[in-house]
Amino acid sequence: MLKIENLHARIEEKEILKGINLNIKPGEIHAIMGPNGSGKSTLASVLAGRTDYEVTEGSVSFMGKDLLELSPEDRSREGLFLAFQYPVEIPGVSTTNFIKSAVNEKRKYLGQEPLDAVQFLKTMKEKMKLVEIDQSLLSRSLNEGFSGGEKKRNEIFQMAMLEPKLAILDETDSGLDIDALRIVANGVNQLRNKDNAFLIVTHYQRLLDYIVPDFVHVLYNGRIVKSGTKELAFELEEKGYDFIKAEVNEATA
Amino acid sequence: MDAKIFFKDIYEHQEKGASNLKSFQQKNWDAFSELGLPAIKHEEWKYTKVRNLFKDGLIYDQQASSINKDALSNFILPGTEKANHVFFVNGIYQPELTEISDSTDVLVIKTLEAAFGDEDAAFVDAYLGGSYGYNSDGINALNASFSSGGAFIKVRKGAVLTHPVVIHHIADAQAGLRFSQPRILISIESLSQSTIIETYNRIGTNESLTNEVMEICVEKEANLRYIKIQNEGADANHTGTTHIRQLAKAVTHAVTITLSGSVVRNNLNMVMDGEFGESHMFGLYLLDGKTQADNHTIVDNAMPNCFSNELYKGIMDGSSSGIFNGKIFVRKDAQKTNAYQTNKNILMSENSSANTKPQLEIFADDVKCSHGCTIGKLDDDALFYLRARGISEQNAKALLLHAFAADILQQIEIEPLREYIDGLISDRLTLNI
Repeated sequence: MLKIENLHARIEEKEILKGINLNIKPGEIHAIMGPNGSGKSTLASVLAGRTDYEVTEGSVSFMGKDLLELSPEDRSREGLFLAFQYPVEIPGVSTTNFIKSAVNEKRKYLGQEPLDAVQFLKTMKEKMKLVEIDQSLLSRSLNEGFSGGEKKRNEIFQMAMLEPKLAILDETDSGLDIDALRIVANGVNQLRNKDNAFLIVTHYQRLLDYIVPDFVHVLYNGRIVKSGTKELAFELEEKGYDFIKAEVNEATA
Repeated sequence: MDAKIFFKDIYEHQEKGASNLKSFQQKNWDAFSELGLPAIKHEEWKYTKVRNLFKDGLIYDQQASSINKDALSNFILPGTEKANHVFFVNGIYQPELTEISDSTDVLVIKTLEAAFGDEDAAFVDAYLGGSYGYNSDGINALNASFSSGGAFIKVRKGAVLTHPVVIHHIADAQAGLRFSQPRILISIESLSQSTIIETYNRIGTNESLTNEVMEICVEKEANLRYIKIQNEGADANHTGTTHIRQLAKAVTHAVTITLSGSVVRNNLNMVMDGEFGESHMFGLYLLDGKTQADNHTIVDNAMPNCFSNELYKGIMDGSSSGIFNGKIFVRKDAQKTNAYQTNKNILMSENSSANTKPQLEIFADDVKCSHGCTIGKLDDDALFYLRARGISEQNAKALLLHAFAADILQQIEIEPLREYIDGLISDRLTLNI
């Protein structure tokens, strides 16, 4: 589904990704962990198409297409979803109208008829239940004045509405209390099926108690330095990132 | 052109009004003869080259063209079908085209000349020319010199108008550059409630230039909503002053919307001349092409305990330019004044520009005042967020700009009118959702 090969990216003059290789197949959940500044969020942003970053080398194919050639909106319409670490507050744009626009622009792109008001409301109600989000929140301006937890739930709600093939969760767990974390994880688990995949970017192992990954990768200094199964996450939690750093530094020394 | 010479001939040959109006005109003509048109070295006219608007070939005959009454229906805005419709053609008030739907027990509309000779004479005498302390320049004096075609409007004490008063300004530019000078004096008597809307239309494809002066007195505890909608087309030039004096506990709410024009200058003066007055001023200018819109506002707090809030927003595309100048005066006696002012601008193109200047002059020591202005572009993070959800770049921009404009649009209470203007704005932004 997603194949990243030797991906290098920089922001201004600073190289942040220094050769990432990653292969994700349908039905899989991958977790990317790593210390602060290792390039986790950069990877998520580059995949979603943020233009602040310049890809200098490597390739990314998504569903057989060259992802790097697509605009951010086309990546989304092709089925890529980024749950933002810091969802943006947009005053004056109602959450409901925004999601309706997003859903229908995607349908248009795929050659499908737009959802009418009744169908849209029906779908929305179903998905709202999934992430335990309240109607009153959705009639407000997009993320405006939302608490941290509400913003993250709104991200998962949008994900549920857009039904992506690959969802990238960029530190969705950061700043969440245990109840919000459970709700977010529960949403992801319910949306999970054999045809879609998840890439979970996180600093802590905590979220992985609720969403069990098939693979865990450790990103350090712009490269994936270690890959394993969920046990790797436990090891990281126990020992901290220092043992990885030590291993890497030893290998390169 | 040499405006002093050009207008001298017309002034001397114009039909003189009754003696009171005549002396008012003479006084102003003397002022104009001395001042002439403002030059750009005049601080208040720094960005608006008003002299350039007076071109050779300008038509100023003070004659209304004959307009078929049926054709007027094209000018009726949604939500105002049953309104009181007041027509000015080429700046001259047209009683025979005007249609009043509210009863004369609540609403009076007549010529300025008539008002000078009946029970309203004392009001006219006291208030006509009241804006001069604030706009003592040649352009204001020029309007006053030719005020015979003006109108007087009165909302009677305690009256609540069922329908808004819509003032239509129609310029006939079929034969050439049409110059019009509407003059309107309005008395909003105490405890009354009303809405006044002004709109501008043009017949013909030549340029138009409108130099308008409207003076309003909002008396004690009266409530006035005022909406000025400018969408006359790219060849329309406008210099206008709306001067509002409000007495104790009066509440005014003004919305100025500029969607098109060549050079547009709006002066909005609010004089808080009674305690506990409240004034809300909103403006939206959505500009493209070479349009220049220049909004000058004054809030003069002459009495204590008044509240004013002002929010103007601009979106500039093409090589358009938006100008905002907002003055707040707080006089020595105007303690406990609350006065707030905000101006926000978004530039959409390389060649567009914005100039904004807040001015506070505070002589009292127990007041709350704030002002702020911003000039920027659309927020990249917001734009990316929308695009990352599959919304096209064009629609994402339009959504954000529409949202930016929305809090001004929401100030229009008449829903069909608000939706109509919203539609115009969405079309302009090519919002396609």
